[in-house]
Amino acid sequence: MIEVKDLRKTFGDVHAVSGVSFTARDGEITGLLGPNGAGKTTTLRMLYTLMKPDAGQVLVDGIDAAVDPIAVRRSLGVLPDARGLYKRLTAAENITYFGRLQGMQENDIARRREALIDALEMRDIAARRTEGFSQGQRVKTAIARALVHDPRNVLLDEPTNGLDVMATRAMRRFMHQLKDEGRCVLFSSHIMQEVAALCDRIVVIAHGRVVADEAPAALLEQTGQTSLEEAFVKIIGTDEGLAA
Amino acid sequence: MNAFTAVYWKEVRENLRDRRTLINALITGPLLGPVLFIMLMNVMVNRELARADQPIHVPVIGAELAPNFMSALKGAGIDADPAVADPERAVHDMRADVVIRIAPDFVKAWEKGQSVQVELVYDSSRRDANTAVARVRSVVESYARREGAMRLIARGLSPSTAWPVSVAERDQATSQSRSALMFSFLPYFFVLTVFMGGMYLAIDLTAGERERQSLEPLFVNPVARWKILAGKLAAICTFSVISLLLSVSAFATAPWFIPTEKLGIALDLGLHFGAQVVLLMLPLIVLLAALQSLVSAFAKSYREAQTYLSILMIIPILPSALLSVIPIKPEPWMYAVPLLGQNLGIVQLLRGDGITGQELVLCLAGGFAAAALAVWATALMYRSERLAISA
Repeated sequence: MIEVKDLRKTFGDVHAVSGVSFTARDGEITGLLGPNGAGKTTTLRMLYTLMKPDAGQVLVDGIDAAVDPIAVRRSLGVLPDARGLYKRLTAAENITYFGRLQGMQENDIARRREALIDALEMRDIAARRTEGFSQGQRVKTAIARALVHDPRNVLLDEPTNGLDVMATRAMRRFMHQLKDEGRCVLFSSHIMQEVAALCDRIVVIAHGRVVADEAPAALLEQTGQTSLEEAFVKIIGTDEGLAA
Repeated sequence: MNAFTAVYWKEVRENLRDRRTLINALITGPLLGPVLFIMLMNVMVNRELARADQPIHVPVIGAELAPNFMSALKGAGIDADPAVADPERAVHDMRADVVIRIAPDFVKAWEKGQSVQVELVYDSSRRDANTAVARVRSVVESYARREGAMRLIARGLSPSTAWPVSVAERDQATSQSRSALMFSFLPYFFVLTVFMGGMYLAIDLTAGERERQSLEPLFVNPVARWKILAGKLAAICTFSVISLLLSVSAFATAPWFIPTEKLGIALDLGLHFGAQVVLLMLPLIVLLAALQSLVSAFAKSYREAQTYLSILMIIPILPSALLSVIPIKPEPWMYAVPLLGQNLGIVQLLRGDGITGQELVLCLAGGFAAAALAVWATALMYRSERLAISA
């Protein structure tokens, strides 16, 4: 479970995040929806302790990120905005490297790596060097290495960004699978349809603030709209920076 | 496997697969110095030998006035060439190294027993002509002494009357110290090797990771950043140590390719020398690895880091250049200055003087203190938020 309380972060004069609070529960998919530049990536970066918030608190499974960032990172599986792979290593070697950094035993790494390779349907690319991988292959490898340590909480920053239709569908299936395994899945997106199709709970961010935090049905009710798309546009006030 | 070893082995393995890094660390870096050195030395030695042994041709103006002098020149391996019209022009245009001009009143003055003039026209800024000039000058002078002595004897005087003081030279240079003079730029080659050996790795492990956007995912792992840095630094050091070892081994073979005995110099670049060089260089290896990482961490891209590092590469030249221009008497504190200490130490080893325990301790202590500082600064840089954010 991930709890975020009144998170704030400024870069110079820019208020990137100004008071974001929400809770992402286990066994649910929580979507962080907002237009480009709304502060989604910055919020996530504070969650996985890459950045220190100016104010506010992050709790992951009850652990305060400011107190024990390493324990927080251990209980998170993160697909960051930056998906860089090591191009002179094979996909499997990339995964193994992260397993070792997680401090796992070699046989655990091997078992978990093979399971992920099957679950993500990437057997055909596992032994290939990642140089020249397609966007979809890169994302698969990046997700596999992020989840090698079997984390309870999964953070995905725009996981379907740049994927084709088939790869997007596979990604959504995989996220459902993670949810069914009882994990807490938190992902960010600027694609309304995707959030609507996947989420148990939607946190809408605009201009660094949370403007709505509801289940999809409640969101419709609150805005008096019949489609989620209309509801989002109404909440954010504009459709700029969003995609259907 | 702990985080340090995981990072270390991954970096070593990944870079062993990179041809550019390998060529730089294992071929260009370590072998460029020795090959250049051997080639330069051979060219130099052969030119010197050629000048000293072989007859040289010198245009002489007024040769017909002094047949005895001409035969003295010929006896010393200097062949008189026909006169040239404009000797100053000939020297300037490099058609002749030196031109001898005998004064037109030579015969008259000689018969009266007066001093006569023999002019040597040359250009002292043309260093390659200096050997020829020196040979001609010494022949002229010894001819003059000999003739002077004859005249004194003819008048019933001892030749020593005319030379109350004679110079006896006692050159304290050993054959090894003479060679050290010629090889004073050798320390720079070792520093350069260490620099080149680690450079591409240092760029790849910081600026490269950042450019490829793999630094952010790496830092998401539950590992303290200093451990990641330590693994990376160890990998850089490994490559530069291998470079240095290769370079020292290559230099050890140099005496086989250089005709040192013909120059009367001794060149000891063997195991003992090599081991001491590696020991002296150890702090520099860590220092340079940290500095290279620090500089690369400021760069946003591989290319930018490369530009910064080629500027950084100039710094190690300074002590070598300084020492060859201004010969200074080494003071103890100088050994504690990184780069300068290594330079003095290696030159001393080349001279065959050896290096005292105190100098060695100063050298290592100063070097490692600077290295610790650089590592600390790099660790601070690694802790910054800015570093991981690629875009």
